[in-house]
Amino acid sequence: MKKVSVSFTLNGDSVKAEVPATWTLLKTLREYFELTGAKEGCGVGECGACTVIMDGEAINSCLCPIPEVEGRSVTTIEGLADEDGSLHPLQDAFLKNNGVQCGFCTSGMIMSSKALLDQNPDPTEDDIRTTIAGNFCRCTGYVQIVESVEMAAKEGK
Amino acid sequence: MIDYDYLRPDNLEEVLGLLKEHGPKATLIAGGTDVMVKIRNTKKAPEVLVSIRGLKDLRYIEKKKDYHIGALTTHRMLEQSELIRTELSALHDGASRVGSVQVRNVATVGGNICNAAPSADTAGPLLVLDAIVFMEGPEGKRSVPITEFFTSTYKTVLKKDEVLTEIKIPGEMEHFGSAYWKHSRRKAMNLPILGIAVSLKLEGEIISDVRIALTVAAPTPVRAYKAEDFLKGKPLSDEALNEAGKIAASTECCSLRDSLRGEAWYRAEIIEVYVPRMAKLAAERRSK
Repeated sequence: MKKVSVSFTLNGDSVKAEVPATWTLLKTLREYFELTGAKEGCGVGECGACTVIMDGEAINSCLCPIPEVEGRSVTTIEGLADEDGSLHPLQDAFLKNNGVQCGFCTSGMIMSSKALLDQNPDPTEDDIRTTIAGNFCRCTGYVQIVESVEMAAKEGK
Repeated sequence: MIDYDYLRPDNLEEVLGLLKEHGPKATLIAGGTDVMVKIRNTKKAPEVLVSIRGLKDLRYIEKKKDYHIGALTTHRMLEQSELIRTELSALHDGASRVGSVQVRNVATVGGNICNAAPSADTAGPLLVLDAIVFMEGPEGKRSVPITEFFTSTYKTVLKKDEVLTEIKIPGEMEHFGSAYWKHSRRKAMNLPILGIAVSLKLEGEIISDVRIALTVAAPTPVRAYKAEDFLKGKPLSDEALNEAGKIAASTECCSLRDSLRGEAWYRAEIIEVYVPRMAKLAAERRSK
């Protein structure tokens, strides 16, 4: 296997990974850095369970070749809570509104929503639904998820 | 076992050099939302992937005399561009209906047309906006109208050693209103059962010029010339638009087929209904 060495910022820390060139960002996060918050659902960009934020934009980490991450800044669900363990307003809102059932989609839902709130702190319901249109949840029916994002937006004000 | 070299040149000369050096062993990759999926689904990969994501100067939307869109412009950039939304509305409609936000953040307009799926969401809009596609290769630059770009399903005139660099839309299109309808079962993460794009220019209530394009209606995205010819010089009336819809849905304009996503008879009905609707929306947008 041809290996590559990739340096980037991961949840605020400078890191370096030496992994096969064929690995995706998702595989590198889970198997090299052992950050298993981002999930593999479909592996082809359909389900959004692998969503992370790269340079401010939500992306499917399963479709991102690891060499493309060189010099970039990546935030995953593990980077949201404070060091003392206090939760990010979105994490808190998902818990309070039952926005989580099985939890498999949750990291992706929260990362998509974070990218939205970072760019637009006062989104409409339509903005929220468009944002999470690429994040599949097979449990909640989305209503509680949308309410969670609305609550986080309100509290962020 | 999938194994490849992943090369990241940062200018066009280097890209062309690598394509020449590796020949048929190399494949270009931009946003990766088609290439990476194909590798995973087919469990086959080229020996060398040449990434053009580093060519930052191919990422732009500009209006000078004409409109210029760099090949690496993402769908998200098109979706969020006020210029595209107000002046080239059909392209806004198409770009904002591709995949999801995550996909649109990386997928490029150049990639969308180079992949040349019959269902490509920017293809119909680009056809009705008279787009011209610019390519660069070892023999220099060349351009073709988008009507000549697609040669068959997943095939284009782009040669293995060439790179698509820009899509130009004539400044004249600012006098047209345009609209695109993606007919699909869901609002996101879905391919169209059918795509209908219309652009038109009005003189009073008379349609002085018009373009109609259909996707998933033939092996490549196509213009419905016969329907356009019929509409030119006609008033913007239900009668004329409905007739144009019927012509567009006929074998004179397309070769509809049954597939997993929809049957031919259903696709024909969608064309009949949405050609008039998109023409009206295009006209309404023009008048604003």
